[in-house]
Parts: sequence; C-alpha cells; structure tokens
Amino acid sequence: MTEVARTDQAKPLIDVKDLVFYRGSRVIYDGVNLQIRRGQITGIMGPSGTGKTTLLRLIGGQLLPDSGDVLFDGRSVPHMSRRELFQARSRMGMLFQSGALFTDMSVYENVAFPLRAHTKLPENLIRELVALKLEAVGLRGAEQLKPSELSGGMNRRVALARAIALDPELIMYDEPFAGQDPIVMGVLARLIRTLRDALGLTTIIVSHDVDETLSIADYVYVIADGKVMGEGTPSELRAHPSAFVQQFLNGDAEGPVAFQYSQTPYYTPNGGGAT
Amino acid sequence: MRARTTELSVGLLVIFAAAALFFLAMKVSGLTQTVSGEGYLLKAHFQNVGGLTTRAKVTMSGVTIGRVTNIYLDPKRLDAVVEMQINKDVNEINSDAAASILTAGLLGEKYIGITLGAEDTFLKNGDEIELTQSSLVLEDLIGKFLFNKATEPTAAAPATDANSGGF
Amino acid sequence: MKAIEQLGRNTIDRIVGVGEAAQLLARTLFLLPSWRGVGLFIDQMFRVGVLSLLIIVVSGLFIGLVLGLQGYTILVDYGSEQALGTMVALTLVRELGPVVTALLFAGRAGSALTAEIGLMKATEQLASMEMIGVDPLRRVIAPRLWAGIVSMPMLALIFSSVGILGGKFVGVDWLGVYDGSFWGNMQNNVQFLNDIVNGVIKSVVFGVVCTWIAVYQGYACMPTSAGISTATTRTVVYSSLAVLGLDFVLTAVMFGGLS
Repeated sequence: MTEVARTDQAKPLIDVKDLVFYRGSRVIYDGVNLQIRRGQITGIMGPSGTGKTTLLRLIGGQLLPDSGDVLFDGRSVPHMSRRELFQARSRMGMLFQSGALFTDMSVYENVAFPLRAHTKLPENLIRELVALKLEAVGLRGAEQLKPSELSGGMNRRVALARAIALDPELIMYDEPFAGQDPIVMGVLARLIRTLRDALGLTTIIVSHDVDETLSIADYVYVIADGKVMGEGTPSELRAHPSAFVQQFLNGDAEGPVAFQYSQTPYYTPNGGGAT
Repeated sequence: MRARTTELSVGLLVIFAAAALFFLAMKVSGLTQTVSGEGYLLKAHFQNVGGLTTRAKVTMSGVTIGRVTNIYLDPKRLDAVVEMQINKDVNEINSDAAASILTAGLLGEKYIGITLGAEDTFLKNGDEIELTQSSLVLEDLIGKFLFNKATEPTAAAPATDANSGGF
Repeated sequence: MKAIEQLGRNTIDRIVGVGEAAQLLARTLFLLPSWRGVGLFIDQMFRVGVLSLLIIVVSGLFIGLVLGLQGYTILVDYGSEQALGTMVALTLVRELGPVVTALLFAGRAGSALTAEIGLMKATEQLASMEMIGVDPLRRVIAPRLWAGIVSMPMLALIFSSVGILGGKFVGVDWLGVYDGSFWGNMQNNVQFLNDIVNGVIKSVVFGVVCTWIAVYQGYACMPTSAGISTATTRTVVYSSLAVLGLDFVLTAVMFGGLS
C-alpha cells in the first residue's frame, strides 16, 4: 500500500536522536536516543507520568520536539510538509490507551474510517477489507454494534483492527495491557505477536507492565526522568547493572525511587523530630 | 450515519424558519404596504405638527398615498416643515390642495390628509402645499370648549331679565 | 501579595485563552467544505437546531403570552391598549427574540457541544483522528460551528413569531383588544429593515459567539471529567455574559440613534 520504495532494511524504521521536549517548564525528554528496528517488537517502559505517550505523539508528528530529531524511514518527521505527514501517517497505526473509537459511529464505520480518509476504494471493497481486519482480531460479525455496546477488551480489539486497516509498516501500542483482566491481556499479547509474525509489523509497545512486555518484546528501553536508564534484550535487561532498572523490573518499594514523599526523616532517635 | 429523518427534520426547520420570516415581514412589519421607494417629494409648512412623526402615512380620501419622511423647524419662518414622499402614480394633486394633520380615531396617531383643490396645475417634485391645517392640540380644544361655555350664559341672561321685568 | 499574583496569572491565562480561541475560530472558519462535509453539517444542524426547537417554541410562546398580559395591564391605564401589538412585536423582534434564544441556545445546545467535544478529547478520539491523518478541526469542529451560526437566526425568527402569536392570543382573543388595531399599529411601527433585519443580524452575531465559545471550551478543556464539567459551566456563563454585553453594544449602534 505504500508508494515510497523501502529503504535499506538494516536501518531502523524510527530513529530518535537527542530528543529534547518540554511541556511548559517541565522537562519531559532531555537528550533521548533510541532506535526502533524493523520487524521487531520494541518495548518502551518506565514509571507512570514520564511522558511515554508523548513519545508516540512525537513519532506521529502530533507534537514537535524542542530540539533533536525524529526520523521515520530516514525522513525527519518535524520537517515534513502536510502532504508528507499525511502519507507517513498512513504507514503508521496507533492503538490508544482507551481504544479511542469514535463513539458516534458503528464498529464498521470506525474500521472503515482510515480507508475512507486515505483511499478512494469503492464501498464493496471497503466492506471486504473491514471484514478481513475484524476477522484478524476475532470480531467479525460485530460490524453493526456501537462502541458503547462493546466490552473493554472488544473495544481495544476493534481499535486494533482500525489501526491495521491500511496495512501499516509501524504499529504503536499505548499501554495495551493497562487495566485489563488476564484473559484479555493474553489475547492482546498473542495478537501483537501474531501480527508481527504474519505481517512483519514493526511494533512499539509503551507500557509499565513488566511481565507481559518482557515476554513478547525483542528489545526494551527503560526511560525515566527524561533519559534512557537502560536498554537491551529482555534477558540483558534483567541482568542490567543500573539500580533503577532493577528496582523497576522487580517492583521493589525501595531503591533510587524513594518510598517516602518527604525527604526529611519523621523521627530521629536523639530527639528533636522534624516533620 | 444520516437517516432520512435527520434530513427531513432539518428541512422542516428551515421551512419553519422561512415561514416565520415571511410572517414577520408581511403581517408584522407590513412590508407590502410600504411605498416602493419610487416617489416624489412634497413639502408643507405647519404652525403646529403636535404629535406627527416621521413615517406617518399621507392619505387622500382615506387611501394611503405616501409617507412623511422628515420633520424639521424652518429657521427663517420659524414654523414646522414637513417633507413627505408621495407615490409616483398619484401625480394629480392640484397646486391649491390642502394638507391637514388629522388624528386616527379619538386618541390615535397623527397622519396627514390631503384634500384636492380646483386648480389645473399639479404639484411636482419639490413643490410646496400652500394650504395647511395644523394639528389639533387637546389642550387648545379643551380651552376653546371651556371658553365657549363660559361666554354662553351671559348672552342669555339679559333676555330673561327683560322678560321678567314685564310682570 | 499572593492573591494579586494569582489574579494576574488568571487574567493572563484568560487572555491567552482568548487568543487561542481566536486562532481556532480563524482556522476553522476558513476551512473549505467538502461533499462529505455537507452531510456532517446537516447532522449537526439536526443536533443543534432541530433538537433545540422544542425549548425555543415553548419559551417563545410563554414569553409572548406574558408580554401580552403585562403589556395590556400597563397600557390600559393610559388608554393605549391598541399599542399592544406594537409593543409586543418590537420587544420580541428587537430584543427578546435574539437574546433569549441565544441564552437558551447556550444552555441547551452550547453546553451539549462542549461536553461532546470535551469527551472526545478526553477519550483521545480527537488525537486518534489526527493520527489517522484526518484534521479534527475540519471533521468535528467546523460542521458544529457552522451549524450553530446558521441555526441561531432561524431559531430567533421562530421565537419572535411564536411570541407575537402568543401576544395576539392574550391581547385579542382573551383581553379584547381590537384585532385590526393590534395588527395595524404593529405594521405601522415595525419596520422590516430597521427592526427585523437588525434582529436577525443580532442573532447571527450571537450565533457566532455562542457556538464559538462552546466549541473552544470543549476543544481546550482538561481531558478529565472534572475538566469537562468546568468547561461546560464556562460555556454557559461566558456565552450568557457575552450575549448580554454584545446586545447592549449592538442595540446602541442599531437603535440608539433613532429619532
């Protein structure tokens, strides 16, 4: 479905170079470097609120970095023209945390939405494609339902069908496992892996669910305080020397991230306790 | 998803609104009655226009033939000048026609009534109606009435005295 | 000192908000419509216009009835009850029609718009639309903005008409004002260009302002449920204040110089 010739397969699909991004006066990213390799599932993990969704938005061109660059297939995203960005977006699919299905449209209309926006296919072809995508996520037959009639897990799966409607090269998952029951998590994890295996989809998973992510990712970055704290394959990461990475992976209460909010001790043994 | 009913009801809304506009134009503001803008100007001087306003109607034999367009004070003659726009089809108003300020009903609004004269020459754009009758002011009427009433009995009294004097 | 700082910051935030709102309006108004856009526009005309019809007609009717009643009670003392038609018509067409319609609109349609757009923002629908490559301004905001601008004058005209009929019902049918003088005086004193058209101009201005505020508040709200709730309240309050303030300005300009 793409008109642009595929560049060298060895080059990463996404290349983030020295990314600096502020939100107001808060530093979100302070010189971040990471690569997303083609055909691989890359996990991006870190504590909540570190701006992991922001990274996906930067890759998708919804936000502009304050300095540094984000390259998609060798081309700089912040410098793309509107047309180029429109084209690039047809090669990316994104699954938002809440599914983000359009509530005033049916399941069918939702999955057909990207097809109608980017192609001029006739209605019967669109119907076939929608059926295909829904079949891939196991929801063929749900076309006429409205998002409000779907369960959380079904919601996510329809959103996934919509994300792959244009057969993108890249798919980004924003916290796909957050708040789901184990069955749904298992289903989603299997779908993510199947899609990668069958379609060679380059995948980014942003999550703070350690077990699920490490079980399916090929390469993982751990980001905190606006910097990459550690990276590597799941096994490399488990043996990572950084104390922070260890605390994060093991879910320890104490470590570089302190448990107590206040820095001063509540009580000192020699009297004169401070609050 | 655009059901038939949606389009239908939006269409009905537009029709409803158009009907309202039509109603307001015709029934409420009397659009059809206003002079079509083509007409000629006539002037008249009055001692007292008391209560006459612009846009008051100008009639002849009870039929509206125009509107008052302007009222102002004449700085030289120190009386009121009324300018009116007359329908261009009504172009046979004699030069000795009279314009009076009349009241519609007992306490209604003022308007101008034109009565025809006898001359063969007719008024044209910018001409003046010479004969005018000012507005009747209520206080003057009452004053006149009281004055008349006050003068009547004194005229009758000497007659009765003279009659009773014969006894 | 802290309080003044806070006040200053709030004021600057608001001014920045107005600037952002103006940007939003400019970008949205100049988006060219597409064929698909017409369908979206008609959908919104239904949600914004047709669904407001009930409250507009009922309110218009009752206000007309009250105007007829109150007007009669006041005028009858001066023996001028034939002026009732004029009074009811001018009050409605010049003022109450555009203003009350705008206030009702802000409360019903405006708050609904804000809540809807705010919810779409909070559930990331707007962001995902953008990621798919469709501009939410064109797809979501523009149809709603135009629907508001177009339906407001229509609703105001309907309000005024229904009100006048209500006034007629009370004055003529119930209280005995002569039918001929009710309509006759009205026709003599209500001018199409000056009164009715000016009223329509007012309601177009109000339509732009109310819909613009509603749409902006939804678009710029905090994407949380508290944020949406605040935004909805703001829509109603700001719209109402703006309408009343603009009404004074417009009235002064349009009718102030009347001899």
